[in-house]
Amino acid sequence: MLLGKLTLDAIPFHEPIIMGALSGAGLMGLAVIAAITKFGKWGYLWKEWLTSVDHKKIGVMYIIVALVMLLRGFADAAMMRTQLAMATNGHLGIFPPEHYDQIFTAHGVIMIIFMAMPFMTGLMNIVVPLQIGARDVAFPFLNSLSFWLLVAAAALVNLSLGVGEFARTGWVAYPPLSELAYSPGVGVDYYIWALQISGIGTTLTAINFLVTILKMRTPGMKLMQMPIFTWTCTWANVLIVTSFPILTGALAMLTLDRYLDFHFFTSEAGGNPMMYLNLFWAWGHPEVYILVLPAFGIFSEVVSTFAGKRLFGHTSMIIASGVISVLGFMVWLHHFFTMGSGANVNAFFGIATMVISVPTGVKLFNWLFTIYRGRLRFTSPVLWTLGFMVTFSIGGMTGVLMAVPGADFVLHNSLFLIAHFHNTIIGGAVFGYLAGFVFWFPKAFGFKLDERLGKAAFWFWQTGFYFAFVPLYILGFMGMTRRLNHTDNPLWTPWLYAACIGAVLIALGIGCQLLQIVVSLRNRKQLADVTGDPWNAHTLEWSTSSPPPFYNFAKLPQVHDIDAFTDMKEKGVAYQVPQQYAPIHMPKNTAAGVYIGGFTLVCGFALIWHIWWLAIVGLIGIIGSMLARAYDNDIDYYVQPDEIEAIERERFEKMGIDFDRYDERDQGTARPRPAKTLEQV
Amino acid sequence: MTSHATALHDTHAHDHEHHDSGASTQLGFWLYLMTDCILFASAFAAYAVLFGNVNGGVAGKEIFELKYVLVETFALLFSSITYGFAMISGHKGSKAGLLGWLAVTFLFGAVFIGMELHEFGTLIAEGHGPDKSAFLSGFFALVGMHGLHVTAGLIWMAVMMLEVIKTGLTGRAMTRLNCLSMFWHFLDIVWICVFTVVYLKGAI
Amino acid sequence: MINSKHPRILRGLPLAAAALLSGCQGGILDPKGQIAADEKSLIITATVLMLLVVVPVILMTLGFAWKYRAGNKSAAYDPKWSHSGKIEAVVWIIPIIIVSFLAVITWNSTHKLDPYRPLDSDKKPITIQVVSLDWKWLFIYPELNIASVNQLAFPANTPVNFKITSDAAMNSFFIPQLGGQIYSMAGMQTKLHLIANEPGSYDGMSANYSGAGFSGMKFKAIATASPAEFDAWVKQVRSGKPLDPTSYAQLLNPSENNPVQHFSSVTPGLFYGVLNKYMAGHQTAMEAGLSPIQLAALTKSLCKTPVVKE
Repeated sequence: MLLGKLTLDAIPFHEPIIMGALSGAGLMGLAVIAAITKFGKWGYLWKEWLTSVDHKKIGVMYIIVALVMLLRGFADAAMMRTQLAMATNGHLGIFPPEHYDQIFTAHGVIMIIFMAMPFMTGLMNIVVPLQIGARDVAFPFLNSLSFWLLVAAAALVNLSLGVGEFARTGWVAYPPLSELAYSPGVGVDYYIWALQISGIGTTLTAINFLVTILKMRTPGMKLMQMPIFTWTCTWANVLIVTSFPILTGALAMLTLDRYLDFHFFTSEAGGNPMMYLNLFWAWGHPEVYILVLPAFGIFSEVVSTFAGKRLFGHTSMIIASGVISVLGFMVWLHHFFTMGSGANVNAFFGIATMVISVPTGVKLFNWLFTIYRGRLRFTSPVLWTLGFMVTFSIGGMTGVLMAVPGADFVLHNSLFLIAHFHNTIIGGAVFGYLAGFVFWFPKAFGFKLDERLGKAAFWFWQTGFYFAFVPLYILGFMGMTRRLNHTDNPLWTPWLYAACIGAVLIALGIGCQLLQIVVSLRNRKQLADVTGDPWNAHTLEWSTSSPPPFYNFAKLPQVHDIDAFTDMKEKGVAYQVPQQYAPIHMPKNTAAGVYIGGFTLVCGFALIWHIWWLAIVGLIGIIGSMLARAYDNDIDYYVQPDEIEAIERERFEKMGIDFDRYDERDQGTARPRPAKTLEQV
Repeated sequence: MTSHATALHDTHAHDHEHHDSGASTQLGFWLYLMTDCILFASAFAAYAVLFGNVNGGVAGKEIFELKYVLVETFALLFSSITYGFAMISGHKGSKAGLLGWLAVTFLFGAVFIGMELHEFGTLIAEGHGPDKSAFLSGFFALVGMHGLHVTAGLIWMAVMMLEVIKTGLTGRAMTRLNCLSMFWHFLDIVWICVFTVVYLKGAI
Repeated sequence: MINSKHPRILRGLPLAAAALLSGCQGGILDPKGQIAADEKSLIITATVLMLLVVVPVILMTLGFAWKYRAGNKSAAYDPKWSHSGKIEAVVWIIPIIIVSFLAVITWNSTHKLDPYRPLDSDKKPITIQVVSLDWKWLFIYPELNIASVNQLAFPANTPVNFKITSDAAMNSFFIPQLGGQIYSMAGMQTKLHLIANEPGSYDGMSANYSGAGFSGMKFKAIATASPAEFDAWVKQVRSGKPLDPTSYAQLLNPSENNPVQHFSSVTPGLFYGVLNKYMAGHQTAMEAGLSPIQLAALTKSLCKTPVVKE
């Protein structure tokens, strides 16, 4: 009673694969903890990272979470491909349905919510404030809180591996399958609370960045002059703010059904399961644009930087992104043409979906014409971009094909669909994030990544992608549906083998990337970026040092053009030493986010296992920490000019610029101006 | 130079800064309210879809008592007006006026929540709980969600009254009171929609 | 570097093309019914139309990247060139034209291939009621008063009107070689109209994941060559036991890889009783040809644990 539904039986001792995975993860965790203890880094980790409100550090932590979850999600994918390659012609493979169904559910949830979203949010955190010449985000503490909510949610998903089970419903958790009648276990509850907690974090992040972008741009930067990555993030944040509450609502209704015997989506007592499909996709479709729009922004930055040219059609890129965002809200029904909505409704949503391909096509052409008359350097971010342009064209085409209801009737829920959305999410969003990872890595850490391994990673990923997913397109045509546990059609078998080889190739690509990080870390002296501008790039994040000082800009840059930093370089004012420095107002680090995240984890876990007293403890902890934070008066301070001068002096001297030569200094008006970073919530 | 800057920060910069960051906070809070608005929209949509699904049980017109709800509604509407008076007092710098009007607002809000709880209790006791039909599920969830918001607003209001008593009308307190003000009026608007869509339409 | 890209792309295309041409035996590109054939040609038309844009984009990507590589100093370099009204107009207008064509095709085909639209045929259509259960398919022939599990038969070249519901989680009723799928949902009735143009035995399945036994939720759809052959099948089915509330209760027990079962007779209105379990009244009684009281009694008898509160 004291532990609700939780008993020792919840731990799957009898499952060798799970216990193996758990002990492996446990050993790795212990190794990390031992290493931190040995090198005495707990204090550093706590003070400089975990409690940090610095957007750059929070961004790095987001990406670390994303990479860890990428490994977890990929392990799930590898298990699925192995199972399907083995379970043919009457064999049942290694995973029985009750385990396999959790794997594919976890794969989907992890890759979308805990890999792609934090990767995108991490890049946005590192880059957007720098691109708009801000010193932090509008609400630095809230930013830290969002991150720790994500960590709490990710922890719940990983806990489900060892304590209890995860949902066996598919990542969409359609009722009535996800209702108590068909899923009486805790799996769906893990799903609900993990998504709910991370969703709240995401919503807060979006609000935070919208205010940052609207209120904290550096002097002179008009909205239409913002760099394209910032613009695509802006649209993504608008989509988050408008769509995530719908997910919150749908999940809350499912929660009421499961916990308090409500009847929103049950089959009986007048509930309407199809309403869940509508609500879920009213969030779910904008969600894919939330993932892919920032990736589009990254490709734009990469192409224009490495072609040594201004982005073609900056304004039309912004408009195209906006059109995509608006239309993204009007097409959700194409996820269930087969519900029987009638020809007029289906045709409307089909055509609305196709219309999205127009602005998307415009974007592709704009990238093409950015390369046109440029001087394209084939660095690994460029390879990811070219790989994307080819791959995404195919994915876009299959998407439009599925938007034709008559075609969707036979392609829906088939492996063709699986191939299509992996084609757009891997070939679109993930390639973009990986390009952005290599592109902005020197900015975050002060040294570049090893190019040879980076290129090898690209080729493994790219060939692996085609090996893994072209067979799925074909299997879709052959009538194979998704989420099958085993098959018995001999014609399908060779294609399932091919797809498995694809997974191996992608694994090699990921291996190259891990190796790349290790090798680059070892060679960081040779790979160092002293200037802060390793790629000869266009935007403001490159105008400060790599890594940037914690205050980002000693003096806020003045913007006159779209490619603000290129403009400064051309006018010869890019590396001017200001006459004097003004004090900078900065937020102090705080552990409140960590505590609130911790209490949220406790509360979520308790709710999943119906341990009501613990849930109340968690809730009181959350509210108490929030109040403590709200009445903490020691939240900010001023960085004094002499400290700034010392930091800047070191930077300029590394670059070989004489810091004390007065005539190199900017003669402009360097008057003390208050920074806009104070947070008051 | 340093002392000059510090002096600046102590005098003019300070006010300017507070004003500015208050504006950011209010914009952020407004954006939050828009997300809340969409959350309510989802609940309204669900209610509208499930409205007819009474599962052989009671329909709206059998359980809604318009007169009772009208009293509830006026309690909440008045609380919005009194909150407005509180803010006027606050802007004039009258701490006592602000606290007095906040207390009145709190009282109206508490009356509203008390009446709503009574209504829910009666319905459940009569066997019309949210587990009986999809219609009742939608009703309890929508009205209950609004009620939860009002309750959160009341707790926030109590905290703000304590803050003002202890630290007076600081810039920080006024920014927070402004946010609470937006929240409170927002809940009023949502309630008008609830009253129209749920009670008026249901009673017809 | 960029050169090695070609073989990979070229490798992928013939694969896909070969798959398209070989007809993917048994799949959706090997149609045996009019609807499936129309859907296949729709897929091909739409794909060809889109390739008109996609192929040039892919070729331009590779071509531009190669031509304007940093090493090629003979190519023009124009770092500030970032706007051209003409190009912008073209890149907006060409996709719009293609999408307009597709939109017209979509509008027409969606109406023509609407699963609810009865097929034009001089033959009298046969009605089959479909119930998805955990994890098997129940097919009821109201006109013949027989039923079967995981096996379906009908004469070729005769339109079949499917009426579909579920007494379990949501599934999707799908016979790839005959045409598109449609969801089966508890408390709701969906419709699908198919026809087999050739006799044969076609794979049928659930296309929507519905729990542990989902992978085994398969059936054969037999299109018989002659009415006589169909009658023989019906005769075979009549040798089974009757389908009444008791035997239906057994079907409600979850089972995986359920064998084919035959039922000699069916309690009248059983399909509507199942529908009625999840939605009180409406027009179901009228459609079932029962009085509301009869239907309510039938519904009650079909519930393992009574769900409808009286």
